[in-house]
Amino acid sequence: MSAVLTPRTDSPEVPAASVDTTSAWSRWANEHRKWLFAAPAMAFVAVLIIFPVAWTGYLSLTDAEGSVRAESEFIGFQNYLDVLTDTDRFWPAVWRTVLFTGVVLFFEVILGMAIALLLWRPFRGEKWVRVAILLPLVATPVAVGMMWRLIFDPNIGMANQLLGWIGIGPQPWLAGQNSALPTTMFIDIWQWTPMVVLILLAGLTSLSDEPQEAARIDGASSWQRFRHVTLPLLMPTVIVAILLRGIDALKTFDILYATKGRGGGSFHEVETLNVYAYGLSFDYNDYGVSSTVLIIFFLIIIGVMWALTYRKKGLGR
Amino acid sequence: MKPSKPYRVFRNSALVVVVFALMAPLLWMIAASFKTNVDIYDTAKAFVFSPSLKNYETVLQQANYLEFIGNSLWVAFAATTLSLLLGVPAAYSMSRFSMKKSALVVLMARVIPGVSLLVPWYYVFSNLKLVGGFTVLILSHMFVSLPLIVYIMMGYFDGLPTELEEAALVDGLTHIGAFRRITLPLSVPGVATAGILSFIFSWNNFMFALVLSGSDTKTLPVAIFDFVGYASIDWGGLMAAATVVTLPIMLIALFVQKYVVSGLTAGATKG
Repeated sequence: MSAVLTPRTDSPEVPAASVDTTSAWSRWANEHRKWLFAAPAMAFVAVLIIFPVAWTGYLSLTDAEGSVRAESEFIGFQNYLDVLTDTDRFWPAVWRTVLFTGVVLFFEVILGMAIALLLWRPFRGEKWVRVAILLPLVATPVAVGMMWRLIFDPNIGMANQLLGWIGIGPQPWLAGQNSALPTTMFIDIWQWTPMVVLILLAGLTSLSDEPQEAARIDGASSWQRFRHVTLPLLMPTVIVAILLRGIDALKTFDILYATKGRGGGSFHEVETLNVYAYGLSFDYNDYGVSSTVLIIFFLIIIGVMWALTYRKKGLGR
Repeated sequence: MKPSKPYRVFRNSALVVVVFALMAPLLWMIAASFKTNVDIYDTAKAFVFSPSLKNYETVLQQANYLEFIGNSLWVAFAATTLSLLLGVPAAYSMSRFSMKKSALVVLMARVIPGVSLLVPWYYVFSNLKLVGGFTVLILSHMFVSLPLIVYIMMGYFDGLPTELEEAALVDGLTHIGAFRRITLPLSVPGVATAGILSFIFSWNNFMFALVLSGSDTKTLPVAIFDFVGYASIDWGGLMAAATVVTLPIMLIALFVQKYVVSGLTAGATKG
């Protein structure tokens, strides 16, 4: 090494001896660092996730019931036959899950896009709007459910009072057999639209201004610029938002349990697949059937995810 | 280009509506927590009432909430710390060696419905006599934290240039030494983001604690249900309890807003 080189002042302090004293263990660790780093997390996941999922798969083929210690028998695909022909609880739960997810995603993406576009360009007071956007998102979902339960209470709630002022009669909201599910959808939209706003805003901010400018010079109206320039460029981010929200919406549990309690209410008004599976497991201890429902539920989630990521790849530039 | 005046008027009024819609329910909850149950039932006193701390007295003294606050803090803190210890090196490896399949396995945890894990866990942990203790509660919350941390940190390490590590290797550091002395100190913002998000998600988690906690390890989201009886609801107490659960996490989020937002939107723009 040439003596002309000045010592590097920006490099970290390294004891010169560290190379020489490299122990056998250290050499081994450095050679195998790839797995040394990844293995603990992978092992944790394997023990706590892969093994339980495999067990759930096994339980779905048995008549396990009652206590977790009780004997159970292998009954093949009988549970699947029973569940898939159950038009009383299972199929309505599937329908509610699909409806809930579809409706909340639709509104969250439309509203989220609108709000993100409003926030896109800097303005005064931006900070305060961002605070308002963040708060519902980090609020504890169970507490949010309780909060809306008071607001939507048919007798003392603010919602009916507001309706009264504009001359509309009281609504049953969460207490109604037909209105409970739409009301829980509203709560979900209130809490999670901000999530879509933040994701889309991150996407919008990362877009370059040039295509916008070019379209403006070509005389495109603001709607045309959105429809033909911004939206196509933002599409991958929109898909990410749908994917992340979709997974969580399918699995919604907290606000449904907080507002309607066990079994999704006395008439199972808001009983989605997740609520149904929970009830089968921990209210009825019907482990065999609940495992079957869970495996089917799991396959539905994987299917939806696969369809969306497949579409995302198709859209990738 | 500056937006036109009509657009600015439209934007500002629309944003006022948005802010009101998002904030009003939260403020309503906090207001109700300072009302007596008599005032809550009296619609004439919706906005004008004499504030009382009685509900908070009930929540903090009779309902034992100080203990539940401690439980929630301990579980969220332990789950986050352990998940960071496991997750940060794993994310580093997965990012530097492009371990796509391994990453997918960890991220599957975000997709799997929690109930499908609870049955086998309940079986195993009740045989080990661990149900109702902190160990199993912390492990279950790590199931939420770990994938989140791996996801955020992988994105962070992907964006960190490798040149500094290479320079450190030239200067005589080992690979692990370079990770420990160069990469890790540079990753503090990423680790903070991942840690804060993990803490929030653990604090808010409900389903795992509902099944796996005991009467003295209960976390706050489960303890809220103490105010919901079969026949009647103590609305004042319930709103005070809901405020005690949400207010701390909302305040934390406000102080570290930048980190929370970057964590929530991690990976959103990679396409």
